[in-house]
Amino acid sequence: MPLLRVHNLRTRFATDLGAVRAVEGVSFDLEEGEVLGLVGESGSGKSVTALSIMRLVPEPPGKVTADAMTLAGTDLLRLSEAEAREIRGSRMAMIFQDPMRSLNPVLTIGRQMTEVLRRHQKLGGAAARRRAIELLETVGIPMAERRLRSYPHQFSGGMRQRVMIAMALSCNPRLLIADEATTALDVTIQAQIIDLVKRLTRERGTSVIWISHDLGVVAGLCDRVNVMYAGTIVESGPIRELFHRPSHGYTLALMGSAARVDGSDVRRLSPIEGVPPNLIDPIPLCPFLPRCRVSVAACRARPPVPRQFGAGHWASCFADLAP
Amino acid sequence: MALAQSPSSDDAGPRITGSLRLAARQFPRHRAAMLGLICLALLCLTAALATWIAPYDPVQIKLSAKLKPPSLEHWMGTDHFGRDVFSRLIYGGRTSLSVGLLVVGFAFVMGVPLGLASGYFGGRIDNLLMRLVDAFLTFPPLLLAVALVGLLGPDIQNVMLALGLVQAPVLARMVRGSTLAVREEVYVTAARALGAGPGRIVLSHLLRNVMSPIVVQLTIVFAAAVVSEASLSFLGFGTQPPQPSWGRDMSEARRFLGEAPWMFLAPTGAIMLCVLSINFMGDGLRDALDPRAWRTRRTVSQAES
Repeated sequence: MPLLRVHNLRTRFATDLGAVRAVEGVSFDLEEGEVLGLVGESGSGKSVTALSIMRLVPEPPGKVTADAMTLAGTDLLRLSEAEAREIRGSRMAMIFQDPMRSLNPVLTIGRQMTEVLRRHQKLGGAAARRRAIELLETVGIPMAERRLRSYPHQFSGGMRQRVMIAMALSCNPRLLIADEATTALDVTIQAQIIDLVKRLTRERGTSVIWISHDLGVVAGLCDRVNVMYAGTIVESGPIRELFHRPSHGYTLALMGSAARVDGSDVRRLSPIEGVPPNLIDPIPLCPFLPRCRVSVAACRARPPVPRQFGAGHWASCFADLAP
Repeated sequence: MALAQSPSSDDAGPRITGSLRLAARQFPRHRAAMLGLICLALLCLTAALATWIAPYDPVQIKLSAKLKPPSLEHWMGTDHFGRDVFSRLIYGGRTSLSVGLLVVGFAFVMGVPLGLASGYFGGRIDNLLMRLVDAFLTFPPLLLAVALVGLLGPDIQNVMLALGLVQAPVLARMVRGSTLAVREEVYVTAARALGAGPGRIVLSHLLRNVMSPIVVQLTIVFAAAVVSEASLSFLGFGTQPPQPSWGRDMSEARRFLGEAPWMFLAPTGAIMLCVLSINFMGDGLRDALDPRAWRTRRTVSQAES
């Protein structure tokens, strides 16, 4: 049985103009120890998917429904708020995009770290502090003992993200969700943080959902990728498969708009023209159709259904993109 | 990545100094704030020890010595009944300071939880609480206090209650605004993502981050309370003559401004000193509560990052 099973997840937000369908029928499984990439542009529903799994979508105005959403057999949708709090931080944890803002500026690092340990592992003050020091050392923060007394503003962005990782992994969660965790960092720090997450989660067998709009980052880290567009998964597959044989018009366009630094591709970057669709109105056909450069006649006739392209590789696209 | 070696500490176990204790360590570095604290402490001390310090009975009338300018006998002169101004000042501090402190306390205890609840829960609770606050704020503050005291009877305790009730909604509204802003911060979501419940969010994340504006507002509340007590006493509510209070004495002294300015200057000076001290303290407290404002020596952490 997979660690995380998400089946037909729908998350909507009530607005004055109507319900915004932020996530519309997302389904995927995540195995123990697997690293899954969630890729797509802003507003494609990546973060809302993550927040829905974490049960962090404010309800109202949000509304989360799914045919199934289980973490190691626990039905996440049935949890009361108190039960969800027990699980957050202990069985699943999440780190956020902006490390400059995800730590409380008026509390010491030590206070914020021990808070989590005391809550979930019921550690006493001294034990929690010892554990916090160990954790800081594990994520590569020197002089950990002294740094416990530091405040977030005394840390650089990379250091803060290390602290966030230490906090997220402090109670050995089965699932770690990283929402654009390296986007706000410069490239060298980004690589270090990715290595760190890779090493720590591999050591512990933690499953990871890595949310990013950066295909390069995902390629270096993930086993499998889900490409999201307008609240749905449009293509899913093992990392190599997907990169070698992108089978959805949107995936193809994403790859065309990504910069390559190895000099193998000297063509100009091609941005994706147009804007994503309005998520309030129902979308009868392929949501990417108005921006798609490879659409075929069938695209304008009926909604796409997932097509199999290889082992575990499918895409909801009519076009044949085989190279 | 190589693991950093833990530096062996000189004391037995690892220690984190609590955030509040670190803040307390910061406060003395703020010179103006320390000056304010010392001044206020002296004022409080003299008021508390009035019985022993005051050279005369503050209500003892001696018409033969009325309106005498400051002298060795009467340091700050005498008033129109020949009462010693210095003694009245010391005794008056009891009334004024306790009004100020109790109103601040009342406003804090009422206003802060209301504002936090309103800002954190939002929705209907917010609507209900804020309409209530609006209702209070529609009245001119002094008029409302007069009405309340009129209802409850002229008595210094009722004055404190009324002034507290007038100030609490102002504070509640301000706390709500700050809470709304802080509630949307990423670190609040991040804390929730690690399992923090509403109690923890409100107390250790929201309250700590809205403390700075609260402290500043409370110093204003204190000043307003001292002055409002004076107005209410002047109008005949609150402190009843011949009981001394800074505000009352100040109001009475206005009639003798030309012939006996000392009568006016003494309580005015006391109020000013008191309000200034509180303001300075507020500044220092605000800075001490915000680690980003700390004037630290170049620390190890900064050298590294």
